Amino acid sequence: MIPDTLVDISRLQFAFTALVHFLFVPLTLGLSLLLVVMESLYVKTGRQIYKDMTRFWGKLFAINFAMGVVTGLTMEFQFGTNWAYYSHYVGDIFGVPLAIEGMMAFFLESTFIGLFFFGWDRLSRRKHLMVTVLVALGSNLSALWILIANGWMQHPVASFFNPETMRMELSAFWPLILNHVAQIKFLHTLSAGYLTGAVFVLGISSWYLLKGRDIEFARRSFVVAAACGTVVALGTVMLGDESGYYVAEHQPSKMAAIEAEWHTEKAPAAFTLVGMIDDEKKQTDYAIKIPYALGLIATRSTDGVVPGVHNLVAENAQRIRDGLIAYALLPAMRDRTATDIERARFEAHVDNLGYALLLKKYTDDPQHASDSMIAHAAEDTVPKVAPLFWTFRVMVLIGFLLVLLLMYALVTARRGSAWNKRWFLRLAVWAIPLPFIGVELGWFVAEYGRQPWAIYEVLPTGLAVSSLHVGDVQASLTAFVLMYAALFAVELFLMFKYARLGPSALHTGRYHFEGGRRDA
Amino acid sequence: MPDYETLRLIWWILIAVLLVGYAVMDGFDLGVGTLLPFVARTDAERRVLINAIGPTWDGNQVWLILGAGAVFAAWPAVYAAAFSGMYAALLLVLFALFLRPVGFDYRSKIDHPLWRRIWDYALFLGGIVPALVMGIAFGNFLQGVPFHFDETLRSFYEGGLMDLLNPFALLAGLVSVAMLSMHGANFLLVKTEGVVQQRALRASRISAVLTIVLFVCAGAWIINGIEGFRLLGSIDMQAASSPFGKTVVREVGGWMHNFYEHPWMWAAPAAGIGGSLLVLLFGMRRPGMSWIASAFAVAGIATTAGLAMFPFVLPSSTHPSQSLLMWDATSSPLTLWLMLLAAIIFIPLILMYTAWVFRVLRGKVTVEQIQQNDHAVY
Repeated sequence: MIPDTLVDISRLQFAFTALVHFLFVPLTLGLSLLLVVMESLYVKTGRQIYKDMTRFWGKLFAINFAMGVVTGLTMEFQFGTNWAYYSHYVGDIFGVPLAIEGMMAFFLESTFIGLFFFGWDRLSRRKHLMVTVLVALGSNLSALWILIANGWMQHPVASFFNPETMRMELSAFWPLILNHVAQIKFLHTLSAGYLTGAVFVLGISSWYLLKGRDIEFARRSFVVAAACGTVVALGTVMLGDESGYYVAEHQPSKMAAIEAEWHTEKAPAAFTLVGMIDDEKKQTDYAIKIPYALGLIATRSTDGVVPGVHNLVAENAQRIRDGLIAYALLPAMRDRTATDIERARFEAHVDNLGYALLLKKYTDDPQHASDSMIAHAAEDTVPKVAPLFWTFRVMVLIGFLLVLLLMYALVTARRGSAWNKRWFLRLAVWAIPLPFIGVELGWFVAEYGRQPWAIYEVLPTGLAVSSLHVGDVQASLTAFVLMYAALFAVELFLMFKYARLGPSALHTGRYHFEGGRRDA
Repeated sequence: MPDYETLRLIWWILIAVLLVGYAVMDGFDLGVGTLLPFVARTDAERRVLINAIGPTWDGNQVWLILGAGAVFAAWPAVYAAAFSGMYAALLLVLFALFLRPVGFDYRSKIDHPLWRRIWDYALFLGGIVPALVMGIAFGNFLQGVPFHFDETLRSFYEGGLMDLLNPFALLAGLVSVAMLSMHGANFLLVKTEGVVQQRALRASRISAVLTIVLFVCAGAWIINGIEGFRLLGSIDMQAASSPFGKTVVREVGGWMHNFYEHPWMWAAPAAGIGGSLLVLLFGMRRPGMSWIASAFAVAGIATTAGLAMFPFVLPSSTHPSQSLLMWDATSSPLTLWLMLLAAIIFIPLILMYTAWVFRVLRGKVTVEQIQQNDHAVY
């Protein structure tokens, strides 16, 4: 059997490296969009201030982008180094969007990024804008393809198990690409990234306004961020709701855990706003409930049922037993010695093969698993409730708060009253970390909520790991933590330094610390 | 859709193209990193080197990312067994590669000698370590690495980082460092002038001679000492991918088999040596031609290793019969076909816009430029 400690530490390393990577990616996405908007304004109006804005926010973009590249490299290697069985088992499908991401997105982004910084004097305005657009396009396409890959992990369409090669194989291209779970995930993640960029620019601009520096520069940046931010904040929340709807449809175990729905309720189920979650006793104490709300939100109907944890566990115990029928026939299918009847039987039960594989956590020989092992494996099919219940709620709360923040910013900026509301400007500065926290929580809800599966209902996470020694992964995780912490500290230092310096960092002679005019 | 056998052959070629593309395109960036302490002596000179590759190294590195992604998609079993097996070595490359994005971008943002010296050192490591370790990895592939599969196709690896550091592998690592230094030096011949260019010329000559000598030594060792792998009998090239059911033997000089059978393959090692000789010939008189010659040398040397091993891509030293071939370790035909279509569309596009970017950024990087644009350049 694969040691639990190996699985746990491999997961910890993946979670750590992915979460750190995901601190930089949303800001890259968000700033790339704002850079396109700012530079378009420059090309359209010819006003120097928009060029300065593009170049200054571009400097902060660069500091962030470098860390995105560093932490992104890890992700490309890590499936092979730490999730070798996963790579073998689903590489035929998962590798496709990843490779296309490389060809279509990474090259675009990385080839033109240099020209963005070094091409100002070598390109016409329009050509430089085109370069900026291509960098942003590359970043966006990269998000698209990685989320198509992730969407497939959540909702594995367009694929089948091939017993001869002992792996999943692709059956069609377009359903993989048009997987609606992936599409919604992409849009939700993308808008959250734009939101991160908008709040970042809004907050730093507010800080300049509070300091009374580079007023014109700060106001214009504030307006661009508020205008773009309002749209994408609303989009993030609406697409989040859409994403939740598909979770209800395709991942009932994730849904039950997020909503602490212990027992299937009569439709439409009540929504638990908050409560004391007890994962041991499988109950929620002191719950504050809103009648009917969960059923209406999750199924968008009055008669749709949201299955509860207990009911799912019972169902899944049956699916494990069912999967064992396919499991028993694996050797004959692999060696092509199966009779037609056996073949038909295998085909009838192969969809639950993944459930039988859950038993590998408890025994090397699932065919002789005891009833208690099956019961344990069935319990495993629903992730822990408390972490999901709370992370989800905080994420949603942050989403709503940011909608309010940005709408207020937009309205008051239009009226011209925002500049005098010091309390609001201060609030905007303090809001900078919020979207980062929000996207990290979103990642957690999506990925922890998928447990115990690496590929939902297909490949258990515990089986997906490489055959490494626990010590190897302990050493590598330690190295990752130290290295990332050091580089992150440097990144933050530079980010703060340059954000504080403001557009004076451009050395144009037009800004605050250069003794030039206060406004450009 | 072409048949499975053809698709498999095409993908062997495509992955070779991507990896050779990496060696040629990012190879000179690694080489410039390696040469940083030797060719540049003052801060301004170091910035000349850094800015010579600064705007383009990131795009070049994508050849590696795409290479790894393509191996994942086209040869999942190879990606799984090699990356997890050579765990420590791979992470060493990864950590060294970490130093480049931040090194380039952060180094000149603070004007403090210690800060800059630390990043210069980081950029040196970010150049030489990947060059060395990737060479060592290929040196081990040529000897086979200790892995096998169980019946569920889970791979197991018996060996650690220290086993990779055997004499032949170290020689291969040195070949890699020498040839990429040569390639980096030749890029500097094109992009710099004056005293930096003079030092780059010396570095180019030294590394070209070393490349030839070390490459010939490795070749002699392959012929007389290293046990190559050979497939006994034939295998069904259309069959579903599985590492079982073939017989493989090992014999000294076995890797020369392909060259004796198909003499045209000698073109690869000939390009390796010929390109390096041309580098010595062209030098300062024709820097552009000299860079092209070193690109041929790098491509020739990398291709030599690939052709020697064909059809093997990851030989197993402990279970030779479970070695992975480009015939029996691939993805399904549909996946290979779809990815081929994607490659046909995107690779020409990539080549076109990369060429355009290099054209826009053409011209020498000088100390004066750096001083004039102190805050805008790396």
